[in-house]
Amino acid sequence: MSVRHALLALLSEGPKFGLRLQREFESRTGEVWPLNVGQVYTTLQRLERDGLVESDEEGGDGPQKGYRITPDGHHELEAWLRTPPADETPPRDELVIKVLVALQVPGIDVADVIQAHRRHLVELMQRYTHVKAETAEGDLGLSLVVDAELFRLEGVVRWLDTADVRLSRREVNSAPTSPEVPSTTKSVLERR
Amino acid sequence: MTAMLQMRQVSKVYGSGHTEVNALRDVDLAVDRGEMVAVMGPSGSGKSTLLTIAGSLEEATSGDVWVDGADLSGMSADDRARLRRRSIGYVFQDFNLLPGLTASENVSLPLELDGTDSGRAQETAFQALRDLGLADRTGHFPDDLSGGEQQRVAIARAMVGNRRLLLADEPSGALDTVNGETVIRLLRDACKMGMAVVVVTHDAQLAAWADRVVFLRDGRMVDRTGPAPGPESLLAGPEQ
Repeated sequence: MSVRHALLALLSEGPKFGLRLQREFESRTGEVWPLNVGQVYTTLQRLERDGLVESDEEGGDGPQKGYRITPDGHHELEAWLRTPPADETPPRDELVIKVLVALQVPGIDVADVIQAHRRHLVELMQRYTHVKAETAEGDLGLSLVVDAELFRLEGVVRWLDTADVRLSRREVNSAPTSPEVPSTTKSVLERR
Repeated sequence: MTAMLQMRQVSKVYGSGHTEVNALRDVDLAVDRGEMVAVMGPSGSGKSTLLTIAGSLEEATSGDVWVDGADLSGMSADDRARLRRRSIGYVFQDFNLLPGLTASENVSLPLELDGTDSGRAQETAFQALRDLGLADRTGHFPDDLSGGEQQRVAIARAMVGNRRLLLADEPSGALDTVNGETVIRLLRDACKMGMAVVVVTHDAQLAAWADRVVFLRDGRMVDRTGPAPGPESLLAGPEQ
């Protein structure tokens, strides 16, 4: 989460004091990213150093000091909004590794391992959905944050479902001999 | 017995000999009033069979099914049909509305079939549609309604009268996420009004709205979620 760009976004609506920036940041991100006021001032000082915001002459460094965005700040904000997040390389995924390892361990029912993770994920999704159910539909910030987490978790559940289907097809298609580790799997495991 | 739906050791076998398929094996499920239970599983796991047996559209090969305290196995076909009309509502993925009838007529039809006089049935249907935000759509035919609106009509039809068990098969399947959420919120409202709701789905986002989720695999109930812990802990940490 870029605090820097979130502050620029809040200032794009008009000049604001530091304390107000902190409150608005928290309320608009569904209050899931607590931000202390010190972080706000440090970030504002850096933004000012880089010419992306300007501050009032008066007011000292306290909560009464007002900030406004500069044309360079607007430009930076617009560029950031359109820049894809840095997730091109697959992240280390502990769950993927566990399922790959389970395939190699004699006596392990991989479908059971998959189901244990599926249940855990659905339970987590139930808790997030409970938050959504209790949220007024007008709280757009919180709804969007919860949706994002639910879609992420759902994606993992769907991966488990797919793994399950691939596994049962393999069981149908191959005789029950000792499982051979495919070379690609080996190399994936070794890279990690 | 307090459960609105109670299934004990229910099995369903299709075919015989080497073509025999065990669609359900020794399934136990109890759903109370005011409770929503989701049944998750891959296609072919027995989800839909479970729903049709719970709704008395099919008979179990063995085991017992009670709906609203009535034992389905001892019932005549007529009695089962009456129980279906009076106590059980269905919501399907593809809505299953009759295209030649208006929204209001689709909702009032089951009431009229059950002997309610036409005027009163239509009044009840209108009320149900109004409660679901469709007051200005009562005279529309299904083809003139959006997918989300058609599903709301189907929910109204499943809830009118004094229905107490609502069975839904992938009820948000054909809808986008936001419309699907509207539909599932309506099913939750039905729970708050005391209905027992069973949703079968392969969609984890939909299942997550339920109080409990049970998992089917090859006709067996293999797992279930624990009692839901509070959501408080979720948003405290910086990252899950």
